[in-house]
Amino acid sequence: MSAGLETLEAPIAEKPLPDIQVKPIVSPEAMEGAQALVKRLEMEGVEYIWGLSGGAAIPIFDALVTTNTKIKLVLVRHEQGATHMADGYARVTGKPGVVLVTSGPGATNTITGIMTAHMDSVPMVVLTGQTISSMLGKDAFQEADVFGLTMPVVKHSYMIKDPNDIPRVVKEAFHISRTGRPGPVLIDIPKDMSSGPCTADLDPPMDLPGYNPEIKTDLSSIMEIAEALSRSRKPVLLAGHGALISNATHELMQLAEALQAPVTTTLLGKGAFPETHPLSLGMLGMHGTAYANKAMVECDLVMSIGSRYDDRIVGQPSRFCQSATRIHIDIDPAEIHKMISVHHHCVGDARQILSELHKHVSRLDTKDWLARLDDYKKRFPLKYKKQGGLKMQHVLAELDDLTNHRAIISTDVGQHQMWAAQFCLSEDPHTWLSSGGAGTMGYGFPAAMGAQFGRPDAPVWAIVGDGGFQMTMCELATACVHKLPVKILVLNNHYLGMVRQWQELFFEDRKSGVDLEGNPDFAKLADSFPGAKGFTIKRPADVRKVLKKAMEYNDGPCVVNAECVKEDNVYPMIPAGKALEDMLIDAPKYKLEKPTGST
Amino acid sequence: MTNSDTHTISLYVANKPGVLARIAQVFARRGFNIDSLVVSSAIDGNYSRMTISAKGNLDGLDQIIKQASKLIDVIHCIDHSDEDIVTKEMALIKVGVDSDGRPEVLQLVEHFGCKVVDFTEASLILMVTGDSGKLDALVRMLQQFRIIELVRTGKVIMARGESET
Repeated sequence: MSAGLETLEAPIAEKPLPDIQVKPIVSPEAMEGAQALVKRLEMEGVEYIWGLSGGAAIPIFDALVTTNTKIKLVLVRHEQGATHMADGYARVTGKPGVVLVTSGPGATNTITGIMTAHMDSVPMVVLTGQTISSMLGKDAFQEADVFGLTMPVVKHSYMIKDPNDIPRVVKEAFHISRTGRPGPVLIDIPKDMSSGPCTADLDPPMDLPGYNPEIKTDLSSIMEIAEALSRSRKPVLLAGHGALISNATHELMQLAEALQAPVTTTLLGKGAFPETHPLSLGMLGMHGTAYANKAMVECDLVMSIGSRYDDRIVGQPSRFCQSATRIHIDIDPAEIHKMISVHHHCVGDARQILSELHKHVSRLDTKDWLARLDDYKKRFPLKYKKQGGLKMQHVLAELDDLTNHRAIISTDVGQHQMWAAQFCLSEDPHTWLSSGGAGTMGYGFPAAMGAQFGRPDAPVWAIVGDGGFQMTMCELATACVHKLPVKILVLNNHYLGMVRQWQELFFEDRKSGVDLEGNPDFAKLADSFPGAKGFTIKRPADVRKVLKKAMEYNDGPCVVNAECVKEDNVYPMIPAGKALEDMLIDAPKYKLEKPTGST
Repeated sequence: MTNSDTHTISLYVANKPGVLARIAQVFARRGFNIDSLVVSSAIDGNYSRMTISAKGNLDGLDQIIKQASKLIDVIHCIDHSDEDIVTKEMALIKVGVDSDGRPEVLQLVEHFGCKVVDFTEASLILMVTGDSGKLDALVRMLQQFRIIELVRTGKVIMARGESET
């Protein structure tokens, strides 16, 4: 809020001001727009709002008080944190996370989090305050064209132009956000709309003639897929985030076991199929397991269930599974044939499709295929050397063992993320959170907080690097206020490790902008927050002991600073833009070409 | 398909704020150039009709149509490129011409079935309607004179018979 210039004026002493009769703008039966907003949020089943106030949002924050709502407000320290908390909450509960911020910089600070949710199909409703309608487009204080700025990264957005539209718009926003392919919806609310009178019905009909998320699944395409499957001897099922969003894990298990087909998952598909299951190949792609990638190279059929065949999986699209029958199951018709052409596809809800498909398939003769893949598992396991200092892989493997693969894990982005994906096995659905599409550093910790809000009794670990953690670690204060027992494992190598790895492999080890000198002591930093606790791991022998101590601390957040070896590389690796055949299982002994792929 | 293929796409959209910007963004993001764009209210005022002509390869266009169809406010988005449809465009052409050149221009007016909608000593404004090829031909012929200004409406289309535009 701006400091008013009126404080500089001399008080008028001579003439006492007349008593102004305060006339309520709002008639007794009418509510303020902001109150109608809060009432409608209650009707949507909202439990939490993550946000940070400011001038244009004050009427909405005020309505949280005047309506006596049971919705709990979580005051964050930075708006990006609010979006990631809402995101983490949404990923573990399936319910849209709600964010409330002010106009201008408050709103622009949410854009990274909105884009993160958009790329990973996460339901979210973002409410942004806005300057009063008459000032729109006039460069008013804290005015930004948030409707325009966010347009490419939202599923849909609204600008309120009449307070009476608020109940309908909020109802539509939640409906759009959680149905079909989920995504973020933004509502920009000018201050005169939130403080203006609203007499509209709180449960009005929606007006969405162009939105039909209920897709009638085409039975003939399912029969086609069943027929293609029946001819396969070397199938691979590829499960993505969509399989989790549609809650198709049971159906996927049923189908995989009925077919005796191996299952690999994308980074975001972790948890769609238990990684301890004999048919599991773990994660595929750029840093996936060697056996999953080898399976993709050799398979005669690949069926994606709710993945978008993105560039981290297919490498070089023109060489991806070229001799295999390619099948795509997705709820979004715009994903079919987008990255790779497929022979068969079915648009619709993964759970319904798998359930129907199961009725039309029988066991395949995959004995030789599974034996071959088991042999790859034995010959090319995920591995690391325990000698030579503290390895991130070692810490993660111990954590996986101590939590019995059952903790909720939220990662940041970089080397630690890939190693966590490799070494922390996902057993249950909705326990793995990671910014897959966007690759947003700073995501891991606030998302873990959101997950803890959604699942208060579950053990939640944020696995972060020292780079990403410093982008959103201010939320330690928020975690302390709410006594969230989130455990933050900082895998600290004092580098932006993934970029350093690329510089080593492809840029003749010229390090540029990757050395994070000036890092704080993360354990001491944690201790400086009331209710938080810091731990440090320096020696491999201490890993288990310290992790156990951290698991016993549940009065608030704790930070485990693991001082790991500075230079270590993630393998297997498929250089960006290369085909899966070109996977490096170990460190290469020859000079690599610069990658041609996007990033 | 070559890069120079021109596609004609019709959209039926809910008449809501931002719908045009969202559609334009889908084209811009994939590097498609919009040659012409016509927007007007539909018979039901809650909806608008758009006709977009754009150049680009067919694969890219398929993706754009799918992504445009996905927008919440888009009711439908159809590529009519290979269909037998009614296509019309109108142009106003201001030609700088004095009494010496005028008879020849008026001959063209007659041949192309145009109308002269403004007549001064030094210029004529011609109004021509028809398919885009006819308009191109007239403009080409008029280039031997001095074309001062040219304004084209862009293509509007309608599917024939029972088909939906």
